[in-house]
Amino acid sequence: MQFKQLSVCLAACAALAAHAQVSDDVVKIGVLNDLSGIYSDLSGQGSVTAARLAIEEMGGKVLGKPVELVFADHQNKPDVAANLARGWFDQGKVDMVTDFPTASTALAVMEIAKQKNRIVMPSSGLATAILGEKCTPLTAQWTTNTYALAAGTARALVKEGKKNWYFITADYTFGHSLEKDATEVIKADGGTVVGSSRHPFPGGDFSSFLLKAQASKADVIALANAGNDTVNAIKQANEYGITRKQIVAPLLTYISDVHSIGLDKAQGMYLSEAFYWDFDERSRAWSKKFFEKQKRMPTAAQAGVYSATLNYLRAVQAAGTDEAKAVMAQLRKMTIDDAVIRNGKLREDGALVHDMLLLQVKAPSESKAPWDYYKVKTVLKGADVYPPISPACHIGQ
Amino acid sequence: MFDISMQALAAQLLVGLINGCFYAMLSMGLAIIFGLLNIINFAHGAQFMVAAFLAWIGFAQLPLLLGPEFKVNFWAALVLAPLLVGGLGILLEKTLLKRLYHLDHLYGLLLTFGVALVLEGAFRHFYGISGVSYDPPALLQGGVDLGFMFLPVYRGFVVVASLLICVVTWYLFEKTRLGALLRAGTENPKLLQAFGVNIPLMITLTYGFGVALAGIAGVMAAPLMQINPLMGSNLLNIVFAVVVIGGLGSILGAIATGLALGLLEGLTKVFYPEASTVVVFVIMALVLLLRPAGMFGKEK
Repeated sequence: MQFKQLSVCLAACAALAAHAQVSDDVVKIGVLNDLSGIYSDLSGQGSVTAARLAIEEMGGKVLGKPVELVFADHQNKPDVAANLARGWFDQGKVDMVTDFPTASTALAVMEIAKQKNRIVMPSSGLATAILGEKCTPLTAQWTTNTYALAAGTARALVKEGKKNWYFITADYTFGHSLEKDATEVIKADGGTVVGSSRHPFPGGDFSSFLLKAQASKADVIALANAGNDTVNAIKQANEYGITRKQIVAPLLTYISDVHSIGLDKAQGMYLSEAFYWDFDERSRAWSKKFFEKQKRMPTAAQAGVYSATLNYLRAVQAAGTDEAKAVMAQLRKMTIDDAVIRNGKLREDGALVHDMLLLQVKAPSESKAPWDYYKVKTVLKGADVYPPISPACHIGQ
Repeated sequence: MFDISMQALAAQLLVGLINGCFYAMLSMGLAIIFGLLNIINFAHGAQFMVAAFLAWIGFAQLPLLLGPEFKVNFWAALVLAPLLVGGLGILLEKTLLKRLYHLDHLYGLLLTFGVALVLEGAFRHFYGISGVSYDPPALLQGGVDLGFMFLPVYRGFVVVASLLICVVTWYLFEKTRLGALLRAGTENPKLLQAFGVNIPLMITLTYGFGVALAGIAGVMAAPLMQINPLMGSNLLNIVFAVVVIGGLGSILGAIATGLALGLLEGLTKVFYPEASTVVVFVIMALVLLLRPAGMFGKEK
């Protein structure tokens, strides 16, 4: 009798395990980002290429099942992103979604993924809001966040004695978040913020804000904005001769921005990045593969999509299933180490804490080849630049 | 809030004036086109962008393709790019726009809006969204210290050149025989045609001229901002508000309003920068309520 019960149980358990192994006989990755708008250079098609490279590296299969890739344009609109993701989860058999260059889209999809038991891994979605009140146990903010970026740059400059700061901030959530995070670090390290201007988004002309910043006599003019706004502000700061007397510090700069500004105007600037292609042998080898397909060097956001996809697949392999909670548990157990991310540990709140780079833009004379743009000043330890776990994040409650 | 020094105020007003010059040039082109063609040219921003890109292509890409002797410098681009963009405008008028004159305004608006989207999409496809960088010509690099601010020479040039273009255009349309014909064409095209004036040709050339004005503004803007596919559409919203405030079809209105709103925007940036994009539209709403034909427009 007992034997019979046991064998029934065994049969049932085996059936359950086999069933739970890989849902729908396919592991499906979704890249959801901006394919046509203002963030299409820093994420866009390059992120799709990066995800594809990760899948190829795994041999196109995990646990004996094929890995497939889908991608779509969320147009930086949370409602569009939510609809696409819902369709992917309900009909498209998608197991994990990555990228999200606007954090609001990530937040919208995180909520749905939590209900549907799927994983979200924002790579270009950088707002710390993802780790705050709206955090979910199935989210991994992979590449970096606004706090880590601001902390790296701000700390390094304050340490050099540049204590007075002026902010030129994009007047929307992302800009405010960047300014707030940087201000915290500056004050903690003994610096002061002497003023700030909020510019409409998108900006275009920054003259009047730059003149105010110039008049403030601050040591550092921090740009809490992104993309074309940063590019225009730097360009115009050069025009007004500001860069000769004050330091202009963009708090979020991708290599695609520096590429379009040109080294003559960007030279000497400090910035933080999660990834730079020319960091070491491994990063160069991977970036070369990326370059062959995309004809551009990867941005940190794109490289982050590669790393997120690769480690997701590794975790599925190690966990023996694509069930979301088991994969997340596996990801938290692993030390993340690949061509892009070093010394990474996935924290409970969804922050991947890892080494960041403090970089300085080279002068045109120092640049030996196309895309040879940065000097690596220091490797910043994750623990020094990532924010503490937010008390607003109640995971497991 | 009011602890602003006179120096800072003067600097901000000058910066506002520079922006006002662009508003004036762009809205003047729109006003001219609307006056004669009754078309609301939504492609104006895209045409502005195309001219900026053409200047850059002539400077950075042509020499690589055809050899260094084909390098087009800023001054040549200032002439060639508007001519090219104006030519493309004429092609657009001849093939598509002229079929819409007997229809409602809305059709012209939709067509030109579509053209704008196609142009922006095409440039995004080839050059990406981050855009490219273009430097002022060597002659105009550097800056002068005015005491209250450091004025880049190029920005000074933009003010002088665009005011000159505005005055010349105004003179052409308001004080010459050609201008009289154009204004007569606006008033009563059928009668004018009966007098033997080639109205279709006049319309075509006027559209070309309006677009070329956007082209000049585009080349002048190239060294000031990053050249990217959306640079025009970001500006166009404000420019349309300027045209509405000035009075649709009024050249003097477009110039005066463009400059005035540039200054006003500059002032707003001193006292309350968050409102600087809204202030133009608040004024637009007020003008529409109190003087629906615009400050300089005539009630019909």
